[in-house]
Amino acid sequence: MTVDATSTDSCEGSATPALLVGVLALQGNFDSHRLRLEALGARVRLIRKVEDLAELQGVVLPGGESTALLRLLDPVLREELTRRILSGLPTLGTCAGVILLAKQVQNPVQESLGLLDVTVSRNAYGRQVDSFIDSELRLTLEGRNFMRQCCTEDTVGTSMQEESLLEGVFIRAPRITAVGAEVEVLIARAQEPVLVREKNVLAATFHPELSERAKLVHALFLANVRRCS
Amino acid sequence: MNAEPLRLKVGLAEMLKGGVIMDVVNAEQASIAEEAGAVAVMALERVPADIRREGGVARMASIEIVENIMRAVSIPVMAKVRIGHFAEAQILEALGVDFIDESEVLTPADEQFHIDKHDFNAPFVCGARDLGEALRRIYEGAAMIRSKGEAGTGNIVEAVRHMRSIVSAVRELSTLDEAALLQKAKEYRTSFELVAKVARDGELPVPLFSAGGVATPADAALMMQLGAQTVFVGSGIFKSEDPAARARAIVKAVTHFRDPGVLLEISRELRGAMPGIETRMLKPEERLQERGW
Repeated sequence: MTVDATSTDSCEGSATPALLVGVLALQGNFDSHRLRLEALGARVRLIRKVEDLAELQGVVLPGGESTALLRLLDPVLREELTRRILSGLPTLGTCAGVILLAKQVQNPVQESLGLLDVTVSRNAYGRQVDSFIDSELRLTLEGRNFMRQCCTEDTVGTSMQEESLLEGVFIRAPRITAVGAEVEVLIARAQEPVLVREKNVLAATFHPELSERAKLVHALFLANVRRCS
Repeated sequence: MNAEPLRLKVGLAEMLKGGVIMDVVNAEQASIAEEAGAVAVMALERVPADIRREGGVARMASIEIVENIMRAVSIPVMAKVRIGHFAEAQILEALGVDFIDESEVLTPADEQFHIDKHDFNAPFVCGARDLGEALRRIYEGAAMIRSKGEAGTGNIVEAVRHMRSIVSAVRELSTLDEAALLQKAKEYRTSFELVAKVARDGELPVPLFSAGGVATPADAALMMQLGAQTVFVGSGIFKSEDPAARARAIVKAVTHFRDPGVLLEISRELRGAMPGIETRMLKPEERLQERGW
C-alpha cells in the first residue's frame, strides 16, 4: 500500500517509519497475520527464539493449538515474552493466543502466561463441525471509545465507519466466560466478549487474520503500537 | 449449517500449520502425542506398518477407539475412511470427528469415485502424488492435501518425490499462458478455473502437508524445507524405541526446521527409529500410493 506521510496515526495502520512488530511463529497460522500486518504497512519479524524479541514494538500471539504452543514455548523465550508484555509491549492474541494470555483456562484446566485477567473455556462452542462465521460483529461503546483514543479524528470518520460491521471467523474457538474489573469488552456477541482489552493487551477469540472484513482488529492493534511507541 | 463451510474447513487446516499430526491407536498414545505437542491426532485401529504386515481389509477404526481418543485429548481428532466410502465419513461426521482423511492406507471401497467432500461440514484431507491428483481432490472439496509417500515404510523417499512433484508443478503453472493452462487442465483432468487460480496465486488454495515415511526429526525438517506446511507421522513414532521423546523431537523439528543447531540438539537424544522398508522392494500390490487416482 502507499504510505501517506500525513496519516501517521491512521487506523489504517500506515506507518512512517514502519513499525516493527513480531508474530510468534512456533506453530499455527502466523503467516496470515504477517501478511495482514504487512498489508497495513508494518514490518514483521517471525519469533521463534528469544533473540527475535529484540526491538519489537508490538507482538502477536496467533491461533494454533494452545497445547502445542505451550510445549514449543521454551522457558527462556517464555520468560522474556512475559516480561516484555508485563512491561507494556502492545500485544494482540487471537484464538489460541487468548488461551495463552488468559489468567485462567478451563475445559480442561491448563497452565498459561496469565497476562490477561479473563477466564477462558477451550473449544467451548463444540468441535470443528460447530465452527461458524458471524458477519455481524460490531464494536461496543467501549470499543468505539478505545478506537477514538488510538486514532486521529479524521480517520475515525472514514475507515472505521465503513468497517462498523465485522466478520468473525470462529474455529474451535474458546469462550471468555469471565472478565476482571480492568478488562474492557470491545466486541460482544450475544452478551459474550469476543474482543477484549486490558491495558496493552488486545485479545480476540475469533480469527481476524482470516477475514477481509475484520481488518479493524489489526488496525486497532497497530494504532495502539504507534500510540505506545 | 454454515453458509461458508469451505472457509471454516480450510481455516482449521491453517491452524494446524507448523505442527505435527500423529497416528494413534488408543487413548494412551493420544495423550502421549498431545503431551508431546502434537497439533492433532489421527485415530486408527492399526498404524500403517501393521496394516502392511498383517494384510486383510483395512476399514475405518471402531467407534469405541475413536470415541476414547476424542475423550482423552483436547486437540483436534482426525480419523481415516476408505477411498470412496462416504457412509464411513457420514458416521465419523456424526460422531464429531474434526478432520476426515480419505486415505489410501485403508482398503479402497470405490474404484471409480472419491467421496464428494462438498457434501460434508467436516473438513477432509486427501493424499496426492502429483499436482493433478491434488487438484482433483481439491475440486471434490478437500480442505487439505498431503503427499501420499509410502505409508508404513519409514522411508521418506516417496514423500520427497511427491512433494517435489507438486511444488515444481505449481511453479511451472505460474509460467504458462492461458492456452497452455487449458492444456494442463485437460492433462490434470480438472477444472480450468482451479488450474488458473493456482497459476495466479503460485500456491494451492488449501494447505499442503506431508505424510508417508517420516521417521526422524531430520525427515520432518527435510519435508518442511521442501515446502510442506505440516507433517503427519504415522508409524514413525509408536513403532520407534522412544515414542514420547521422538514425538517431542519431531514437534520441535517442524518449528525449527531451518535451524541445524536446534535440529542437532534434538536429534542427539534419540535412540532407534522404526525399522524401515526399501520401497523399491515392494511388490506393485503392496504400494499403497497406487490406490486412488
